[in-house]
Amino acid sequence: MGNQLNLFPENASTFASQVDYIYLYLLLVCAVFALGVVVAIVYFSIKYRRNPTHTAIQQVEGNMMLEITWSVVPLLIMLTMFGWGAWLYMRMVTPPKGALDYYVVGKQWMWKLQHPTGQREINELHVPINQPVRLTLTSEDVIHDFFVPDFRMKRDVVPGRYTECWFEATKIGSYRIECAQYCGTKHSQMIGLVHVMSQADYDKWLSGNLGAETADAAGKKLFEGNRCDTCHKDAPDARGAPLWGVYGTQVALRDGSTVLADDDYLRESILHSTAKVVAGFEPIMPLYDGQLTEEQVLQLVAYIKTLKAKPKETQ
Amino acid sequence: MSDQAHAVPGGVRLAHHFDDLEQQHESAQLGMWAFMLTEIMFFGGLFLCYIVYRNLYPEAWQLASHQLNVLMGGVNTAVLICSSLTMALAIRTAQTGGGRIPQIGWLALTLLFGTAFLVIKTFEYKEKFEHGLIPGPSFIDPSGHAAAVFGAEVRHARIFFSLYFIMTGLHAFHMIVGIGMMFWTMRCSWKGYYTASNYDGLEMFGLYWHFVDIVWIFLFPLLYLLGAHATGGGGHH
Amino acid sequence: MSSHAATIRPGPERSDKPSYLTDGHTLKSWLLTVDHKRIAILYLAAITVFFSVGGLLALLIRAELFTPKGDLFDSDTYNKLFTLHGIVMIFFFLIPSIPATLGNFLIPIMIGAKDVAFPKINLLSWYVYMTGGSMAVLVIVLGGVDTGWTLYPPFSSTYSNTNVALTAMAAFVTGFSSILTGLNFMVTIHKMRAPGMTWFRLPLFIWAHYATSLVMLLGTPVIAITVLTMAIERVFHVGIFDPTAGGDPVLFQHMFWFYSHPAVYIMILPGMGVISEVIACFTRKRIFGYAFVAMSSLGIAIIGFIVWGHHMYVTGQSTYADIVFSILTYIVAVPSAIKTFNWTATMYKGSVSMDTPMVYAMCFMGLFLIGGLTGLFCANLGLDVHIHDTYFIVAHFHYVMVGSAMFAYLAGLHFWFPKITGRMYSEGPAKFGAIIIFIGFNLTFFPQFILGYLGMPRRYHFYPEEWQVLNVLSSAGAMTLGAGILLSMLNIGWAIVAGAKASANPWMAKGLEWENASSPPITANFDEAPIVTEEAYNYPAQLPSAAHH
Repeated sequence: MGNQLNLFPENASTFASQVDYIYLYLLLVCAVFALGVVVAIVYFSIKYRRNPTHTAIQQVEGNMMLEITWSVVPLLIMLTMFGWGAWLYMRMVTPPKGALDYYVVGKQWMWKLQHPTGQREINELHVPINQPVRLTLTSEDVIHDFFVPDFRMKRDVVPGRYTECWFEATKIGSYRIECAQYCGTKHSQMIGLVHVMSQADYDKWLSGNLGAETADAAGKKLFEGNRCDTCHKDAPDARGAPLWGVYGTQVALRDGSTVLADDDYLRESILHSTAKVVAGFEPIMPLYDGQLTEEQVLQLVAYIKTLKAKPKETQ
Repeated sequence: MSDQAHAVPGGVRLAHHFDDLEQQHESAQLGMWAFMLTEIMFFGGLFLCYIVYRNLYPEAWQLASHQLNVLMGGVNTAVLICSSLTMALAIRTAQTGGGRIPQIGWLALTLLFGTAFLVIKTFEYKEKFEHGLIPGPSFIDPSGHAAAVFGAEVRHARIFFSLYFIMTGLHAFHMIVGIGMMFWTMRCSWKGYYTASNYDGLEMFGLYWHFVDIVWIFLFPLLYLLGAHATGGGGHH
Repeated sequence: MSSHAATIRPGPERSDKPSYLTDGHTLKSWLLTVDHKRIAILYLAAITVFFSVGGLLALLIRAELFTPKGDLFDSDTYNKLFTLHGIVMIFFFLIPSIPATLGNFLIPIMIGAKDVAFPKINLLSWYVYMTGGSMAVLVIVLGGVDTGWTLYPPFSSTYSNTNVALTAMAAFVTGFSSILTGLNFMVTIHKMRAPGMTWFRLPLFIWAHYATSLVMLLGTPVIAITVLTMAIERVFHVGIFDPTAGGDPVLFQHMFWFYSHPAVYIMILPGMGVISEVIACFTRKRIFGYAFVAMSSLGIAIIGFIVWGHHMYVTGQSTYADIVFSILTYIVAVPSAIKTFNWTATMYKGSVSMDTPMVYAMCFMGLFLIGGLTGLFCANLGLDVHIHDTYFIVAHFHYVMVGSAMFAYLAGLHFWFPKITGRMYSEGPAKFGAIIIFIGFNLTFFPQFILGYLGMPRRYHFYPEEWQVLNVLSSAGAMTLGAGILLSMLNIGWAIVAGAKASANPWMAKGLEWENASSPPITANFDEAPIVTEEAYNYPAQLPSAAHH
């Protein structure tokens, strides 16, 4: 990169140019307005500068048409800004179907990342090019923020809950991951790199890093190791709520309400089982809060997501 | 006191920077109402916390609410309502030209009720303390009393008790300040400052006192009653 | 409209009553004063000290950022520097700056009153401020605090090893001085106006302060309870904001920004009031669209209360909340635009004189344009995902808080300096200082927009080498800015001691403070109670014959 003065970060994801276009649009509109006002001020300052011989100051009370014009026109222009920004934002918060699921845990002051295929990395993330990548993020301690300027992508990493974001890299190379939310002493050194690789190189990289279990396989082990299957079994007399095919569906609760079984709900139900108890079940599950690390919870959630509803006749 | 203060019949002074008593009175009144708006926003932050966590943890709220002493809370509510009545009567006495003695009498009764409230509150706090229901690290100790009562919900119950202590504590603080001001008001009353034509100080203090009562009128059902009678989620008993 | 021809009164001859400055010389006569003018001076002195401390911290931060790696300080120290800079500048300089000094001094005089409605409460507010300030100084003495001024849990409540609770209490206490000031202003403006001073004859400075006082009254208690709860969480571990115990750290952010966004308007609205006064005087015109400028202040104060969520787009709050906050933020920009256009239109066919206050006002116009317009970038959902928490935001809010609020403060200080002190400063150094400050300011903060877009997060101690050029520019600008401010302070300081005597109305301006009060005013403000018979800024068509000073 050298020391040349760039005005834009690299354009390395599908969002990058979209964000840059909005930026340029706003720059253009704002520059026109700002220049207009500045030119008027400078012109009036010179044209009407105080001159002892010139005594005709004209008092102008105001002008309703002018007031309405310079209220409504900027508002309309700003609504276009809002609309464009909101449209892009909706895309940014809606990961496409089939995106690869990566898991990110932030802690003072490092990033721990896990691939869908189980490989773990610290402060480095290898991803294939032209492939939507969904990140599920959480923190072990304070609030961090996962920021890749070259992707124009940023999301807070909040302890106690999951946030998510996604990107699709479009350019092979390595890009800085930064922590954008101040998190203590080494905030500015909580950095990492995303390596965007061709699919072939990515596959090669994966095969060179075998030995790791996938997240859901690790989750399955935890599930069995903690005897979750004693209650959460696929049988009519199960004491625990059924997990098969539950992910992504609406679940009826004891208090009559329903809740969407998403990542956050699964996490909450593992750690604080009594918070939202499924209709027809007693709040008897032990709390795993403090018993499992954030990574283990992520693995359990990944495992539950793989459990598909079985056809009835096989029972 | 001040040489610039104008002497006005009835003993209340017109401060040097006001034109007349009416302006002084209206300023005091507007100032007091504005101050109460501020107080509403101050408690409002805590009510917001209460609403958010109540929605997040309804079961814990129900369990924790059962641990509060509805009898003591109810008696305290009655005591405070009585104190508001006697406060209003003190103002009424001044308004109708009643002398110093009845004014001070009503104020003294108000003082008595206010003190009674704080005494009862102290016993309530003591009870919570003895039961280990003081929010803090020990609250969630698995071998502690709270853990036995709330089981899985102990962490969330701790938030309830945190809010309980902060909200009632701040309210009690306002009561203590009110009692302090009560002595000042009684002193002014003794000096005969409050007459039918001017009883600003007494009226403003009354507004404050009623405001503090009203805060309690919200706190009592929210903390003591609502959770205990929540029906969501089916029979807990 | 008044039918008789507009005139400007040169102000009263020197009164035989003592001025507020000479009415008592003992320390007690200052420390126990209930005179709003003396309290303003007390505030001015205290605020100047805090401003100097905050400025020095800023220079240390920028000195460190000359190079990409930490040379001067370790990371912990650096983190404390920017935290203290933020806390000192926001709570102890920007929020009280114009209201507590110029507002305190001028509001009663401008509306024709002898004092604010509650003089003793006014004095109390200064002592409360000093108590909070002493606690902040104690924080510095005890080794500082490193949470950032935003005090986000769980970092502040659990993980930081510094004096967080004391800092929170300092902010808590100082908040009450702000509430008391707002309370006083609101009641004063409602109840203490002179006969004939109707609402729509009020100077726009008063309207701006009225709007400000609403924000102070309704917003400040919320930050007070928020930081108090955080401090309780930190000391007693009660779990309210602790995510490992079911608490919600994002709830803190909502409550924090419910105040701290409107707080920006506490800083900028009084500045807008100052600019209206200055522009009217130095163009000798009634402010164009007076009613719109007045109402836009109220509009900003009210809508400003419902935009706080734009600080939290990337926290994972509901997408629909994001969208609502974004559109509301664009709407709150409209009243600011109205003000800017009306100020510009005021200059049309006026008689423009570039005295020092006007130079500051013109700088304000340019910088507020940039600060305000870059706000549109931050309000944009898709764009903000990229620039949130980067130097773009740092540059944006410094253009608003320093480029606008501080420039307005300096404009006001220079404008009313002869009224407050009875003396005049040297015009040459004052203008030169203004230009240096303007250049230094832009050099400091303009490169930060670019740095931010390139992706440099705020509160960064170390940064990649390719960003050094821009950082060096910024740091060099900061040193220039510091020199300019020092120069201006010295010029003002010298004028206080040895400036030429000023007349009651050196600018030949309209307004009760110029036309009816001497310089400096007597303790009771006016020899005889003023009666108002005309609109604000009722400037005559002819230039006054008297030259100023």
